[in-house]
Amino acid sequence: MTSDAKVHALDARKIRSDFPVLGRETQAGVPLVYLDNAATSQKPKMVIDSMTHYYEHQNANIHRGIHRLAEEATEAYEAARLRIAKFIDARSWREIIFTRNTTESINLLARSWGHANLQSGDRVLLTEMEHHSNIVPWQMLAAERGLVLEFVPLTDDGMLDLEAYRSLLERGPKLVSFTQMSNMLGTITPAKEIAEMARAAGALVAVDGAQSVPHMPVDVQDLGVDFMAFSAHKMLGPTGIGVFYGREDLLKEMPPFLGGGDMIKRVQLDGFTLNELPYKFEAGTPPIAEGIGFGAAIEYLESLGMGNVHAYEQQITEYALDRLEEIPGVRVYGPSYKDKGAVASFTMEGTHPHDVAQILDNEGIAVRAGHHCAMPAHEKYDILATTRASFYVYNTEDEVDRLVEALYKVKGLFGA
Amino acid sequence: MDDFYRELIIDRYKSPHNKGRLDPHDYSYEDDNPLCGDELRIDVRVDENEVVTEASFEGQGCAISMASADLLVEHIVGKQLAEIKAMSKEDILELLGIELGPVRLKCALLSLKVLKAGIYGIEELEEELT
Repeated sequence: MTSDAKVHALDARKIRSDFPVLGRETQAGVPLVYLDNAATSQKPKMVIDSMTHYYEHQNANIHRGIHRLAEEATEAYEAARLRIAKFIDARSWREIIFTRNTTESINLLARSWGHANLQSGDRVLLTEMEHHSNIVPWQMLAAERGLVLEFVPLTDDGMLDLEAYRSLLERGPKLVSFTQMSNMLGTITPAKEIAEMARAAGALVAVDGAQSVPHMPVDVQDLGVDFMAFSAHKMLGPTGIGVFYGREDLLKEMPPFLGGGDMIKRVQLDGFTLNELPYKFEAGTPPIAEGIGFGAAIEYLESLGMGNVHAYEQQITEYALDRLEEIPGVRVYGPSYKDKGAVASFTMEGTHPHDVAQILDNEGIAVRAGHHCAMPAHEKYDILATTRASFYVYNTEDEVDRLVEALYKVKGLFGA
Repeated sequence: MDDFYRELIIDRYKSPHNKGRLDPHDYSYEDDNPLCGDELRIDVRVDENEVVTEASFEGQGCAISMASADLLVEHIVGKQLAEIKAMSKEDILELLGIELGPVRLKCALLSLKVLKAGIYGIEELEEELT
């Protein structure tokens, strides 16, 4: 991973030209303003091309075929794994397990590690700002095993209450699993500090990196975490592939997740021998083109520099928050831009988020409306839903201006 | 935007004609669409011939779902329950006077779903409205 000593200003306009979809109009004369990046990001041409190239020149199943295509496909797929390992500073490529997405990665953790290590009465500590994907797998396991789930509360300004966290740790959780960046509030959590405190209390640490890994430098050694999950599609890569990172010594002890081909060394009618890492957790033919596309996405992000990505997004987020807050009746949730990723979830007095999103869509602006798979966080602030604008490296201040202009149109229409 | 948010829809959303509870009522049902954060209850009174004499709604949600509920409860007054059963999504779209994509269709149809569920029970609806 590149820890950029020096931050270079990114040129979003230049970056935009790498993304074919950003050139389109949503209706005649209305150019697209894509502000739904926390849901999924757009893909640069080199990612799309890398996948097309695989299908046009190398398409073969991997790991088994003894032919030219199979070898090239295997090489390209495994090169992506190696690139990802370096990107998050894993000690070994064997610690990078390909899954479908962040959700599947957390399910793998709950089903494999959780099943083997958690007994009735054991505690798992989560937070109130988790995405449903880091709540429901634990609720399922808790129901099955009789676990106790506890949640680090949120403060009014959308931060984790670290004092409350300290006392919850005293109850001896086996695992602390938390997001490094809230997809609703945008809060960037102090992951290193949280991990340190958890380790001191004897707990393992899992991080939901779905929103953080795409937007800032993330180094699993520096953070001192045991597990991490993230998805390609939120970081310029394709859908259908994600990563489950785990410390090798822990992964070795964990039972397999799904059974089938590729995860075994040998199979007899009366049993099987497990394959080695990471294949032990990768049953069946994987999404090969997507793996290759994921590698290309990382290459693209590396060329920008993750420190630069983060710096640029802080700048556009600060601008967006300032502009949004000047609109009467608009309330933005979460911390100030300094502790926030490129996300602005807001409500508009007298107007339902659906209506806001619909009117913005008419102006070519794509945002998300709803609870963003974080119902507990919405409940905390006593709101049913929010409108969320989320940014990435290709968004510009002009687009923020168009958003604000359109929000004034909403106000005009609903006359709040 | 002019299509979507016709004056009628905005008017009905801002100042609904038929909002409130009916007590007593013959039929009442409440449902929500947690995905959107919409909540809706519809109360219905009928006479001895199963003709609707009064109907009202209570709830919160987007302009489409609320306007749809307000227009629907007005539309069914004087109708036989059997006629309500025969109502379809086209009837709702006609009331609203707009075309809707699949996502917003759910908002518009929440009212019909709640109304029919109150009168007939929820099970047979699921199929019908999808």
